[in-house]
Amino acid sequence: MHKTIIPLCLAGTLTATGAWAQDDTIQIGVPVFLSGPAAGAFGQPERNAAELLFDSINEGSVPAPYDSEGVNGRTIEATFSDEASDAVVEYRNLVDRNGAEVVIGYTSSANCKSVAPLAEELQTLTVFVDCGTPQIFEEVVTDPTYVFRTGLTATTDAVGAARYLVDTGVDLSRVAGINQNYAWGQDNWRDFTGSLEALETGSEIVSEQFPQVYVGQYGAEASALLTSSPTLIFSSFWGGDLEAFVLQAAPRGLFARSQVILTTGEALFPTIPDELPEGTIISARGPFSVFAPENELAEWFRTAYAERFGQEPTYPAWKMAQAVLGVKAAYEKAGEGADSTAAAEAMENLEFEAPSGTVRMSLGNGHQAAQSISYGTYVLEDGEPGVENVITYSAECINPPADQTAAEWIAAGFPGAECD
Amino acid sequence: MMKTDFRREPLHIAILAGLLILGFFLPDWMRFLLQTALAGGLVALGVALQMRAGLVNFGQGLYYVLGGYAVGMLAAKAGITDVFLLLIAAIAIATVAGVVLGLLLSRYREIFYAMLSLAVSMILYGLLVKAAWLGSTDGFNIPAVTYLGWTPDRTVRPDVYYITTAVLTVLACLATARYLTSGAGMLCEAVAENEIRLEYLGASSRKVAFIAIVVAAALSGLGGGLFAMSTGHVDPLMTNWTTSGGFVFVALLAGRGSTIAPVIGFFLLELVRTYALDFAPNAWQMILGSVMLAVILLLPNGLWSLTEWRRKA
Repeated sequence: MHKTIIPLCLAGTLTATGAWAQDDTIQIGVPVFLSGPAAGAFGQPERNAAELLFDSINEGSVPAPYDSEGVNGRTIEATFSDEASDAVVEYRNLVDRNGAEVVIGYTSSANCKSVAPLAEELQTLTVFVDCGTPQIFEEVVTDPTYVFRTGLTATTDAVGAARYLVDTGVDLSRVAGINQNYAWGQDNWRDFTGSLEALETGSEIVSEQFPQVYVGQYGAEASALLTSSPTLIFSSFWGGDLEAFVLQAAPRGLFARSQVILTTGEALFPTIPDELPEGTIISARGPFSVFAPENELAEWFRTAYAERFGQEPTYPAWKMAQAVLGVKAAYEKAGEGADSTAAAEAMENLEFEAPSGTVRMSLGNGHQAAQSISYGTYVLEDGEPGVENVITYSAECINPPADQTAAEWIAAGFPGAECD
Repeated sequence: MMKTDFRREPLHIAILAGLLILGFFLPDWMRFLLQTALAGGLVALGVALQMRAGLVNFGQGLYYVLGGYAVGMLAAKAGITDVFLLLIAAIAIATVAGVVLGLLLSRYREIFYAMLSLAVSMILYGLLVKAAWLGSTDGFNIPAVTYLGWTPDRTVRPDVYYITTAVLTVLACLATARYLTSGAGMLCEAVAENEIRLEYLGASSRKVAFIAIVVAAALSGLGGGLFAMSTGHVDPLMTNWTTSGGFVFVALLAGRGSTIAPVIGFFLLELVRTYALDFAPNAWQMILGSVMLAVILLLPNGLWSLTEWRRKA
């Protein structure tokens, strides 16, 4: 008897899941990191933001222009999935088994790269939230229909960082870098040093540290950085690694002796605002969080998020909110009864409002968002983390033109860049 | 020690072939899961082969990644997309690596073999992470493969890939079964049990171990190649110790009684994993771990021992 029960249950689940996709609901698959080292820094805020947005959209409590209930009146039903598993297999499961009409998520560039061609094959609107590799629309899918990315590429971080340092007159004679030894860290360092060259700073690279990712111990690297006496230290560390680096390097005087720039520094606000030395140059990888413009959506998002989760949203949460609102905007532009294909068509070259201001899907054949990036120096105002000396670089200043890859553009010295 | 008899293998493999034909009619997502599980199952089979000779390879991912990157680099960088050439290259490169490493590794047993094989695979992992031109940890994508000049259309591609994988898996199992009934294959258990006696009988235990390593390498290379073709993407995680550890685990979980046990075991484990993920996205590892623990505790000789038990009863 026992033997027959299991296959029967299995068959039951198989048939039931297919039937869920009804017209009054819209299935959205959300793959984010729910386990592993990236879960705390990215997965959790992304998941929180997605849940908040889905619930608020279903209730119709998001401010205008998103104050209608649901997506074209359809209630959102979300399936969260863990990115820390085989991305290709689980993407198929989300779409084929769970009947996801839209997939919003992905933080890892490796996952974005492997999923992008599959999204085109399965003809499912797929919006990447946070993965940074510029290759998605440069090499992987050069003629996209269903794949979009509402977040900026890693290149814009590095280019923006170099411009900020030059514009604020930071001493760039001796430059050092500490970045994680994997694609993200390597690409950031390459783009940053390339940008310094393009801006003709004449910098000497005095130390390049590439510790293993997720090591958590940076004593040796901090010493190596100190002895090379750099005037500037660049780091693209994130999450637990960034926290550990700041906690270990600051007491050694690294931040006092050199100017330090942390491209993901904003993410430290909820965790170690008191330990992060003031004067450190930080960014939020786009116009998010403290760099966000003052508008009703931003105000609503900040308050609603803090109320529900007891913490200010960090930039991954802002990026998730942006992606979800982009999908809602696309569906509503496509009109009543729109499906995945119609929404994807409408999302091309779309301009939509987000808590971070207006987002224009103007790059990558209309599939990649162009947004500004801001840098500033960290300051504690009455115990509250904030930034000053903020400079914002427009999308036209820090993104390559449509016909050039990021690497070519940097090597050629930013041709066509329009900076104010 | 469980005695194994591989004379019934053709029957087992016929059953596997039958199951794979039925598998063709599974829903798309589950068939794809089966397809990638077959690729991984071949690697687990390689690990199980070495276990028969008492060698636990904690770095089998090395041959898996070599197969995958061979297919990937030839297809994406050199523009060769013929599936037959690609898979032959995957097997060839993994076999060559197996021969070279086998010369060294066949001298070692037990923990020394496990640690050395782990070390070599992690060196390759480190090298691939450093290789920016291969996409570092992001890896790179692989274009669709062709069949003697024919490019399967997008609509039939999943069918064609599944058939390719299924046929090659069955053939690989048949070849492995042939090896296991040969002298070199049958002596594996003797290496595990008493090497001195084996040497007195006039056989070289080193040679037996060497052949097992090379056969396992070839199987894993094919597995890596099939995985690369299926998912269209390779990255260095394929040779990380976590991946290799997974193969060892499947080999233990499935049992060593048949060539088809690791292949089916891998699929069952993947099925548990994906349902656990769907059911409890925040705690799927705990479910998976409990299932693994339960199997180890209740079936110390692996899932395959269920079939033996039935025969006895």
